[in-house]
Amino acid sequence: MAEQNTPGSTTAGSIEVGTAGAGEQLAGPGTGRDTVRQPIDARVAVKPSFDVNDFPVPTGREEDWRFTPLHRLGGLHDGNAAEGAVRDGAGSDKIELGLPEGVTSELVGREDARVGKAGTPVDRVAAQAFSAFEQALVVTVPKETVLTEPVRIDVHGEGGVRFAHLVIEVKPFAEAVVVLNHTGTGTRAANVDLLVGDGAKLTFVSVQDWERDAVHVAQQNALVGRDATFKSVVVTFGGDVVRLHPRVNYAAPGGEAELFGLYFADAGQHLEHRLVIDHDTPHCRSNVAYKGALQGQDAHAVWIGDVLIRAAALGTDTYELNRNLVLTDGARVDSVPNLEIETGEIVGAGHASATGRFDDEQLFYLQSRGVPADEARRLVVRGFFAELVQQIGVAEIQDRLLEKIEAELEETVA
Amino acid sequence: MATLEIRDLHVSVEAEGGPREILKGVDLTVKQGETHAIMGPNGSGKSTLAYSLAGHPKYTVTGGQVLLDGEDVLEMSVDERARAGLFLAMQYPVEVPGVSVSNFLRTAATAVRGEAPKLRLWVKEVKEAMAALQMDPAFAERNVNEGFSGGEKKRHEILQLELLKPKVAILDETDSGLDVDALRVVSEGINRVRSTGEVGTLLVTHYTRILRYIKPDYVHVFASGRIVESGGAELADKLEEEGYESYVKGGASE
Repeated sequence: MAEQNTPGSTTAGSIEVGTAGAGEQLAGPGTGRDTVRQPIDARVAVKPSFDVNDFPVPTGREEDWRFTPLHRLGGLHDGNAAEGAVRDGAGSDKIELGLPEGVTSELVGREDARVGKAGTPVDRVAAQAFSAFEQALVVTVPKETVLTEPVRIDVHGEGGVRFAHLVIEVKPFAEAVVVLNHTGTGTRAANVDLLVGDGAKLTFVSVQDWERDAVHVAQQNALVGRDATFKSVVVTFGGDVVRLHPRVNYAAPGGEAELFGLYFADAGQHLEHRLVIDHDTPHCRSNVAYKGALQGQDAHAVWIGDVLIRAAALGTDTYELNRNLVLTDGARVDSVPNLEIETGEIVGAGHASATGRFDDEQLFYLQSRGVPADEARRLVVRGFFAELVQQIGVAEIQDRLLEKIEAELEETVA
Repeated sequence: MATLEIRDLHVSVEAEGGPREILKGVDLTVKQGETHAIMGPNGSGKSTLAYSLAGHPKYTVTGGQVLLDGEDVLEMSVDERARAGLFLAMQYPVEVPGVSVSNFLRTAATAVRGEAPKLRLWVKEVKEAMAALQMDPAFAERNVNEGFSGGEKKRHEILQLELLKPKVAILDETDSGLDVDALRVVSEGINRVRSTGEVGTLLVTHYTRILRYIKPDYVHVFASGRIVESGGAELADKLEEEGYESYVKGGASE
């Protein structure tokens, strides 16, 4: 698909540009501004906090909740899930770890310095998860250890309410691929800390392959060290409501983050991805590419891409892209890229968002070569995703994803 | 012997202010082994004829008949037409991101032949066809038409023609946008297919240049949505000298 909005597309977005050293903006009567500065996180009414009580119960009218069907969250947002878990006992899940040699795992309490180090909960559900989890799982890849096979964390939900916390620490100059795979069902709220040490490389793959009735809300914070490379791959196929917050902060200059995402929403599914990249450090890069397909009545995808380039972040280079392919009537996409720039001294900043139907010309071309319509549609959808999968750069993951997409297509695109 | 018969074909497109008739009664019969050149000025409807035969959804057939060996082509879906033996080489082939040329070719060949070609033979077949068209083998791993130059797109179209072996090939302005070298390579490809004697060729073109490489048996002048004159190869020479002016004058064109 071309780098432009296809006919019938919907886009929304905003760009704000300030100038380095321009001084504080004026606020007050007559300026059209109520407050001085409006950083992206300030649009969210409440400051980040580890304490659930710092957040009022969302009503659905808030900017950060307005797309989410609160009544389908299983009470994660209003305390009912937590109370129920205390009253009736928490649900359960089965976690299997596949740790290559040298990699360690441990269970720690929330007082451990690594827990919450990569970021603070930004909404009530994340804070609820932080306030309610019992023990955090910490997986550590030692310094200078270059793994040749992925770390596997298989989470199989067995129903009920779960609050979880996961820390993955990749020490300086280590290299690792970590695959967090979610299957089964339940109502889950979680936080993930991804600590990428100086010069380290982490590819973190989060697969949401839930059963149809699962609810999953999670904040995935990455803290990218000096000259470190972080790659996030988020794949969401299953679940009733999935709402993920991949977020990136840079601990020191020279960091690089790539965030890839794939989602496939079927009838009635709500799949929401809210990304924030906070460039507050000079000479860091970020690249975001999320692609989704939707089909069926009330299939709903939400993609929010917030990139903030603060005044100190000289030499920043960032780009974000979201593409949606709507396969049938009745599906809905909300795609909102936001780019907020407080310095002009950057290498580049851009964004693109497009939502379109099947390209009839592509279908005609394939059909004119004898390929039946349903197979042509599958070929186009497969191609739509393959273009992104090709960029992941981990052959084993790519193959698995293509198989997964294939299975989804066999089942659904006819 | 395969025969494509077009009888009194009328075709409209949706335009502002209602449907507009583009083809106003086309009659033409193309037999296996024959090459027909359809020549005409811009806007005469010759590309509409090509796309209507392939079944593009933009065009609505409002009258007439198209038969391939007696079968009603107009009743067939786009892919059924291709499997029945029609092939359209497009003037502006479409990009299909994420679908490699090799995957695309094999999918198409499987569909048209009714079974997957044997892998070893297929690889050889594709390799040879690509070499004949002077295409880099790395081409097979690129995404269909994505970032292709004009010449690469046309070679890719003719590659498909060679591999899919249709009964009737419709070549829509295959010569447009090609430099002399590319035109020669592409024409040689078309001639290889013609020399089998198993394909009827409908060559739609604005210019006579390609006819130096591909000798038509018949030349038809297309103007205002129908064939206004037919003749042998010598008619092309006349067009070369006189242009389309005499056909366009007198309000024949819109």
